[in-house]
Amino acid sequence: MSASAITMMVISIVVIGGGLLVSAVALMRNPEEPEDD
Amino acid sequence: MARERATRERWGSRTGFILSAVGSAIGLGNIWRFPGVAYENGGGAFMVPYLIALTTAGIPLLIMEFAIGRKYRGSAPLAFRRVNRNLEAVGWWQVAICIVIAVYYAAIIAWAGWYAFFSLSQAWGEDPTTFLMVDFLQAGDDLYEFGAWLPGLAAALFVVWAATLAVIGAGVKKGIETTSKIFIPLLVVMFGALVVQALTLDGAVEGLNAFFSPDWEMVREPGVWLAAYGQIFFSLSVGFGIMITYASYLGRKSDITTSAWTVGMSNSFTEVLAGIAVFAVLGFFTVQTGVPIADQEYQGVGLAFIAFPAIINTLPYLPGLFGLLFFGSLVVAGWASLVSVVQVPVAAFEDRFGWGRVKATAVVGGGMAVASIALFPAVNGLMLLDVTDYFINNYGIAVAAPVSIVAVVWVLWRWKALRDDANATSVFKVGPIWLVCLGVITPIALAVILFFNVRDLLKAGADSSAAVYHHYQAFGWAVVGGAFAFGVVMALLLRNRETPMESQVDVLDEVEEEAGR
Repeated sequence: MSASAITMMVISIVVIGGGLLVSAVALMRNPEEPEDD
Repeated sequence: MARERATRERWGSRTGFILSAVGSAIGLGNIWRFPGVAYENGGGAFMVPYLIALTTAGIPLLIMEFAIGRKYRGSAPLAFRRVNRNLEAVGWWQVAICIVIAVYYAAIIAWAGWYAFFSLSQAWGEDPTTFLMVDFLQAGDDLYEFGAWLPGLAAALFVVWAATLAVIGAGVKKGIETTSKIFIPLLVVMFGALVVQALTLDGAVEGLNAFFSPDWEMVREPGVWLAAYGQIFFSLSVGFGIMITYASYLGRKSDITTSAWTVGMSNSFTEVLAGIAVFAVLGFFTVQTGVPIADQEYQGVGLAFIAFPAIINTLPYLPGLFGLLFFGSLVVAGWASLVSVVQVPVAAFEDRFGWGRVKATAVVGGGMAVASIALFPAVNGLMLLDVTDYFINNYGIAVAAPVSIVAVVWVLWRWKALRDDANATSVFKVGPIWLVCLGVITPIALAVILFFNVRDLLKAGADSSAAVYHHYQAFGWAVVGGAFAFGVVMALLLRNRETPMESQVDVLDEVEEEAGR
């Protein structure tokens, strides 16, 4: 694989996978509040 | 009007909602459309416009739909009616789009189910093209020639519809949520195993090189940006009422925006993994046969039902398992999406006619099942599917979505109410940037895509890729126009009809409060 292809593969996985991880962690750190209705 | 609290179904947990929304977003397009679109539009360089489209259009629209669904607590027609009575037509228009899509989408899942079975013995033989077109589908090339009706396909379609209606009939929590909690993790495992097996093949690296090598010149081309916005838009299940309907079962305190980011990122992560799996396999085939990737079928029906069977034939080990994982992933991803598409009309009839869940599922879902099983096992099924899919996506969803955005954001100026409602319970806050992305960038991107699609369709020559759609325009416009007309007629018929679901105290109080502002 060329260096540029490897770079784009790593960037794609890190940015999108990282984004998924960050949003999932943000949700987990703020647990659901019980609904009163 | 009755002021008692009506009981609307609820998700049992946030995880259940997110898994169900992810199951809806991840569909056939992730697996068989994204890899080819990225490859054709700059390879690795495509990721730049793609990520920009995700953050400036996909997620902002997802946030709007989640916010509308939760705030106005209704399936698309009821939610839009609560935004403004004149908008109910948009909701019914989206319901009609869902009905059309579900009727043909189920057929592809039925095919994939058969192919999962075929892959155990590679029943397609040495010539998968002939097997698909002649033996399996007996595909004709005339849309209007119904021809023979194939009982094998009908039986598979019956199973798909029976499973779908059983899940929807069981309800949001016991049916959709429980199924999502089982099948989405299963999809992750199957798809993960598929990626791993693909990466162990000789030539996988060549395939990844072809997929990720960036062609930066292409990023300057407007067509590449349109492809990125189109891919994001059509793969996220936005614009036709699904996410509004799913969010309507959320509790008042649920996080909206962070959930939208999680769903959007899950969808895109799956697309990138699909690109890796598909191109690793195409690279393997190039090494085996010498056929360059550019000359292989790398998208859509051709990729799944012609290229993959040919590749499975040449796999050095466990070809049956590989086929089972690939077609199994298509079945699960497609089916979870189908459930969400069918839930939109079922919920709409529950909300606006006051029907019970079982009655709405039986009448509305059953009607769709009958149409699907009657129409698609015929020899013109493939043609019917292709033409309908092209028109309803490009001129149905892609028109209904910007109409809903412009009406909600600009005409009725509800973006502030939605922003405040979403921010009140969400970790990630939205503000003016969201308004610009949602209210300006998204509708402009969709309008430009629409303009170019119409231009290509009307000018299509005999050798153009749009030639077949040009030829069947009368049928295509009838489907698109019929969906729109259905929306308008239903809204007019129901204009003065108030249903039990309309009397939910919590929603009414807010709507009245806003009206008085």
